[in-house]
Amino acid sequence: MNVLVCIKRVPATAGKITLTADEQAIDTRYLGFTVSPHEECAVEEAVRIVEAHGGSSTVLTLGPDEAADQLREAMAVGIERAILLRTDGGEWGAVATASAIVDAIRAREAVDGPFDLILLGNEAADTGDYQVGVRVAVALDRPIVSGAKGLEVRDGTVIARREAPAGGWELYEIPRPAVVSVKEGINLPRYPSVPGRLRARKKEIETVALDPAAAAPARIRLRVPIEKESAVEILGEGPEAAPRVVELFRRLGLIA
Amino acid sequence: MILVVIEHEGGALDRLSSEALTLGRSLAAAPGERLQAVVWGPGSAATAGPLVASGVAVVHEIADPRLTEFAPEALGKGLAQLIEREGPVAVIGTGSERGAEILAHAAARLGLPLAANVTEVRPGQPWQVTRQRWGGSLLEEARLDGPIRLLTVAPHAFEPAVAVAGSAAAVQAFAPDLTDGDFRVRITSLVPAEEGAISLADARVVVGGGRGVGSAEGFAQLDELATLLGGTVGVSRVVTSAGWRPHAQQVGQTGTRIAPDLYIACGISGAIQHMVGARSAKAILAINTDRDAPMVTHATYAVIGDLHTVLPAIIAAVRAAR
Ligand SMILES: Cc1cc2nc3c(=O)[nH]c(=O)nc-3n(C[C@H](O)[C@H](O)[C@H](O)COP(=O)(O)OP(=O)(O)OC[C@H]3O[C@@H](n4cnc5c(N)ncnc54)[C@H](O)[C@@H]3O)c2cc1C
Ligand SMILES: Nc1ncnc2c1ncn2[C@@H]1O[C@H](COP(=O)(O)O)[C@@H](O)[C@H]1O
Repeated sequence: MNVLVCIKRVPATAGKITLTADEQAIDTRYLGFTVSPHEECAVEEAVRIVEAHGGSSTVLTLGPDEAADQLREAMAVGIERAILLRTDGGEWGAVATASAIVDAIRAREAVDGPFDLILLGNEAADTGDYQVGVRVAVALDRPIVSGAKGLEVRDGTVIARREAPAGGWELYEIPRPAVVSVKEGINLPRYPSVPGRLRARKKEIETVALDPAAAAPARIRLRVPIEKESAVEILGEGPEAAPRVVELFRRLGLIA
Repeated sequence: MILVVIEHEGGALDRLSSEALTLGRSLAAAPGERLQAVVWGPGSAATAGPLVASGVAVVHEIADPRLTEFAPEALGKGLAQLIEREGPVAVIGTGSERGAEILAHAAARLGLPLAANVTEVRPGQPWQVTRQRWGGSLLEEARLDGPIRLLTVAPHAFEPAVAVAGSAAAVQAFAPDLTDGDFRVRITSLVPAEEGAISLADARVVVGGGRGVGSAEGFAQLDELATLLGGTVGVSRVVTSAGWRPHAQQVGQTGTRIAPDLYIACGISGAIQHMVGARSAKAILAINTDRDAPMVTHATYAVIGDLHTVLPAIIAAVRAAR
């Protein structure tokens, strides 16, 4: 099984989001960077599949030079090879992103043969476009299951499991080569080991420079939604607050 | 013409489809514009009533005998063909997983951009939309170029459509040009939901636990309070990453969106990715040692203190009150 996994570098926002003065981006001066939890799980899934079935794993990102950090994080947990589609740091739209990823896949497959499985996140953490995986699959004419929370490799197929709209699970069995976008919960990702990190630091990253003119972002400006101020009512401190909590439960009709 | 992609269960429209119709109707109010809808699957004929009552002039059914189960590739291809034939100025999908998926397939085939999770549309030259990023904790104003604008509607950004008077329209069958290969992705089997389990998304009371709970064992008190209140337990990502609780209980951007009457958030700081999952809670009771934690400042009520002493006192008081 040759597995490719696509990840995207995003700022690790936690508290209130602050924008740059031109409202074109998040002010990341005081932030670290990460990838979506969905993509962390996609990386873990790729590593597990290769551990169980043999083959090789590759991680790919489209992003600035610094996105090499996220590629190395993936290699630290066991991904073997990395490809950086280098941008100048500007935002890329979903159509342009998918098309650059497809070009890179075609170029790599022309040399090494097809990826049996391409894994992505169900949606990127920042843009939440919900479409790059489908666009990649359609361009390559490969079947895709989106939002998988379970994946099983069979002879010539994969079985993907996802939540049904009304509860329970839907199972899809699709032929390989296939594309699957995954959701957090499909597995519990491992933490990188120290030797893993050291190994990843020394690995080479294949880099392809992209033409910034192809980026085609649709963004005009960003805006932090206005939050309604809530005047919090402090019911008390410590265990002594319990009677007032019970009073609240009664008021809300939660207890008789 | 404005085309809305409808999801229904045996003819009954789901809520997100009604919300999409509200947007569709407002766009179709422009002079010379008309509202149409597209449906598929068993019970499609029964959608005509509610759709016409929502102001829809024509209902198309993507009809193919192989479309008995959800098959996203086939549906996306069928939808793309219908769009090419009818030439709508905009196509609106719902903010559900399936809505996003079908629209993405159609967009990919048509080579058109798609704006996901839109909260506002401003037709013009070009069209502009406001859409959600970061699960809704950030908004983006964006262009939506192209002769046909494809978009999905953010859940609960619009009120569900209310009925208007309308004359009954028949459902018009649209037979797409599909091959067996287009059905390579379809549901091959279904596993039913567990009986009796309270679904996190629908629970009236959610007792939430975060890093402050400290261990898997620490959740015993949260479980007990949830049972006493007829609710269920929800957790932060720190808790699922530590393996204390399964991911199915995670609340937030990459977990479940909850909408309880009361969310009792214990030892959770209130990071934005957690809060987007709790935004629809009617009230929040935060239990936290830190008075300045975002969860406390966003809450309706708060108890300042160690959850390991506060929760047992609440549990004892609830028992005594019965
Ligand atoms: C792309 C992305 C997606 C994410 N998706 C999600 C998601 O879906 N859901 C999610 O939850 N997170 C998500 N996160 C992670 C999120 O950013 C936070 O890291 C996480 O929510 C923090 O969890 P926490 O509140 O339990 O822990 P912390 O932030 O460490 O907070 C612990 C809180 O407990 C309080 N506390 C400690 N001890 C006690 C005690 N004894 N009694 C009472 N209070 C105490 C502290 O004062 C503090 O407020 C995501 C992050 C990213 C980057
Ligand atoms: N810049 C990128 N580089 C690599 N993969 C990406 C990029 N953008 C999106 N993806 C992949 O596509 C998935 C869906 O993204 P989106 O359609 O933007 O929500 C993400 O979870 C990633 O796996």
